[in-house]
Amino acid sequence: MNPSDHPPAVFTSFWNDTGKTGITSWIFSTDHKRIGLLYFWSVLGFFLTAVLLGLLLRIELMAPGRTIMGPETYNALFTVHGAIMVFLFIIPGFPGAFGNLVMPIQIGARDVSFPRLNLFSWWLYMMGAAVIIISLFTGGGPPDTGWTFYVPFSARTGTNVSLAVFGVFIVGFSSIVTGVNFVTTIHRLRAPGMSWDRLPLFVWSLYATAWVQILATPILGITLVLIIAERVLGVGLFDPMKGGDPVMYQHLFWIYSHPAVYIMILPAMGVISEIIPVFSRKPVFGYKMIAFSSIAIAAAGSLVWGHHMFTSGMSDRAILVFSFLTFVVAIPSAIKVFNWVSTLYRGSISLEAPMLYALSFILLFSIGGLTGLILGAAATDIHVHDTHFVVGHFHYVIFGGSGFALFGAMHYWLPKFYGRRYAEKPALIAWGLMFVGFNITYFSMMVLGMKGMPRRYYDYLPEFAPLNLVSTVGSWILAVGLVLMLVNLIRGLRKGEPVGNNPWGGATLEWTIPSPPPTENFPEEPVVTHGPYDFSKAGTP
Amino acid sequence: MDPNLITTTQAAVDPVFKFIFGACLLLLVGITGAMIWFVIRYHRSRAPEPTSTAEGNVWLEIIWTVLPTLLVLAMFYYGWAGYLALRNVPKGALEVTATARMWSWNFTYANGKSSPKLYVPAGKPVKVNLVATDVLHGFYLPAFRVKRDLVPGMKNYAWFMATKSGSYDLFCSQYCGTGHSAMITTVEALPPAEFDVWLNRRESAGEQPGKELLEKYGCLGCHSLDGSPKIGPTFKGIWGRSVTVVTAGAERTLFVDVPYLRRAILEPKADIVKGFPPIMPAFPLKDEELTTIIGFFKSGGPAPPGRDGDKHEERK
Repeated sequence: MNPSDHPPAVFTSFWNDTGKTGITSWIFSTDHKRIGLLYFWSVLGFFLTAVLLGLLLRIELMAPGRTIMGPETYNALFTVHGAIMVFLFIIPGFPGAFGNLVMPIQIGARDVSFPRLNLFSWWLYMMGAAVIIISLFTGGGPPDTGWTFYVPFSARTGTNVSLAVFGVFIVGFSSIVTGVNFVTTIHRLRAPGMSWDRLPLFVWSLYATAWVQILATPILGITLVLIIAERVLGVGLFDPMKGGDPVMYQHLFWIYSHPAVYIMILPAMGVISEIIPVFSRKPVFGYKMIAFSSIAIAAAGSLVWGHHMFTSGMSDRAILVFSFLTFVVAIPSAIKVFNWVSTLYRGSISLEAPMLYALSFILLFSIGGLTGLILGAAATDIHVHDTHFVVGHFHYVIFGGSGFALFGAMHYWLPKFYGRRYAEKPALIAWGLMFVGFNITYFSMMVLGMKGMPRRYYDYLPEFAPLNLVSTVGSWILAVGLVLMLVNLIRGLRKGEPVGNNPWGGATLEWTIPSPPPTENFPEEPVVTHGPYDFSKAGTP
Repeated sequence: MDPNLITTTQAAVDPVFKFIFGACLLLLVGITGAMIWFVIRYHRSRAPEPTSTAEGNVWLEIIWTVLPTLLVLAMFYYGWAGYLALRNVPKGALEVTATARMWSWNFTYANGKSSPKLYVPAGKPVKVNLVATDVLHGFYLPAFRVKRDLVPGMKNYAWFMATKSGSYDLFCSQYCGTGHSAMITTVEALPPAEFDVWLNRRESAGEQPGKELLEKYGCLGCHSLDGSPKIGPTFKGIWGRSVTVVTAGAERTLFVDVPYLRRAILEPKADIVKGFPPIMPAFPLKDEELTTIIGFFKSGGPAPPGRDGDKHEERK
């Protein structure tokens, strides 16, 4: 991150604006681009940590019995892998990193509404992350409850659950603060001419996400405080011996944690809605339906949490209602997929790295979504619930979906902020390795689940051995692809070919300004004269 | 699908799997096929400029909103009908109570007989009442597509029917700590006549009552009888063995005797055997039960494992 590497620009880029250098010019900056990059690199660091834990888990599962670790270590590792991936990587990943980097520019603003609150959000995130990390090495050691912290186990285990959930509690506030900031910014700071129907679809998706962050995250916070109360004070809210109810905990947890899935996937869908039209040189098909379906998913998705609990002992009537609502939420996702595919029709398609990630997103997300129908139907869910089928399914949605969209966004947008780009050929090879490795790793898991292998199993019966080995080998291919992608990307950002204002021919506002952008983005406030996918006017506001 | 016509749980669930997977496969092939075709046909090398500026089509949007809606409503309906069959226990089902604890299963029958494996008569429906003593567990029979959580303080049940005699896997599906993946046993479906003999055979009392108690309280989930490593120390040759324990943070070595064994069962957190996690829950057993178990250890302990030997061990 050395600003002097960049070619002199007509405008002073945000890299060498204040004259201040060093770490304080970053960690106390209120510039949305600097905060976006702070978020991006912190989130990437946690992602790589959790990837490493995931690879260790796969090595342990390579063969039955003990391979490299004991059951306590395994249980702690899958808990920490899940908690980091969910709370420190993918939830803050889109809004915190790319939302901050891109959204204000896309609406023609100089910054977000509350720049200092924005910085505070990153600080909260880092403080929460620090508490979580401290919890791994103090007290009874890393939590071994799974990232879901189900009671009564989480109330009984001797591991450091209280401190870990307190860390997650703090991280939750950073998410709420970002949500408030984004809703306000999108309402108040749009440039003249940036009407709601000219809003880029990525901004629409962040808008829907921000409401979920604001409305759902407080419930997680309360639930986590209740776990601490249960452990420290023994209040017994979830303890049947004291008149409590363990199933109530599951409701509270999933009232947040299911909508949280939409915090992870909605902005990813927004990224795909940006990339596909640009690389097809054709207006996105069904703009209004895609924008509307983001809101519909956020709204309906808040009412489906009970589908995580079909075996919990919840009433049959509740299962009827939650199963029905789950199928309802599938419809807007299907609408998006059909519109993306239609955008390709009669376009002029260029298969550069961002586009490959976007197209593979459609396939992997479709597999994740369609296997979700098996989990939404009451009869079939019973068999595959709590098995590797679920593990495979949600990795298809969150890694194949959100993860691949994030990689696409990295190739698509990071050159804008570094002024330089990656090399194309290694990027294609890395994509190919990841795509193949991904499918080997997670498709095997879904088959294992259909055959009955439960999840969170340290050891398993010999009948599950061959596919577990296949899955582990797949994870190595995936990891090689990931390393190649990052090396190529980071090398490109430091030493790659300089890019001009608009390397991809995009028609949204970020492509009208220099790369890297000046501190306050636009030399003068832009007046927007056309829609976000009107490529005949690409490069002008 | 009339739930009353369903004879087994697997017959209720499998057609739903086929229907949803079939429909999903068609959709996936359609989406992927269209995507690949468009990418080839409209690749920039063949189509240097887009030949359409269409921004949408109301009729297409209506079609691809309505058709998926109808499709998912059909999935919902079949899924629900199949689920009802899992909940409606046929009349005349044999009732068994499953008790789950960290990390073992115990099954008790109406006549008081208990077993670490779930013996059932083939061809007869079985209703399993689910009881958890400590944390959440999950009663999962993959072969019968049946799963239900065991929740402390809550009455849950599941039913299934094995049409053929045989041995079927029974897993704990709800994460319950260190021994979660070791918390497995089997359903043993016997021909009905053989099952009746098994059910009414009193284990010749006095032969190994200590071992029966160890099975009853699930001790064998974590402690083996044959010296194989499990989550806790093995019972093989335990009497008089010298062990290194950690007591209030300090290590000491002692010999396994009556006071030690009583403490290890009644207050397991007092002395933790070195190298093992401090996770055993206290078992408030009656005095005569303690005496029986300790007597069993004293007598040289386990006889060679018979048909009740642990399946997991056998397979290894």
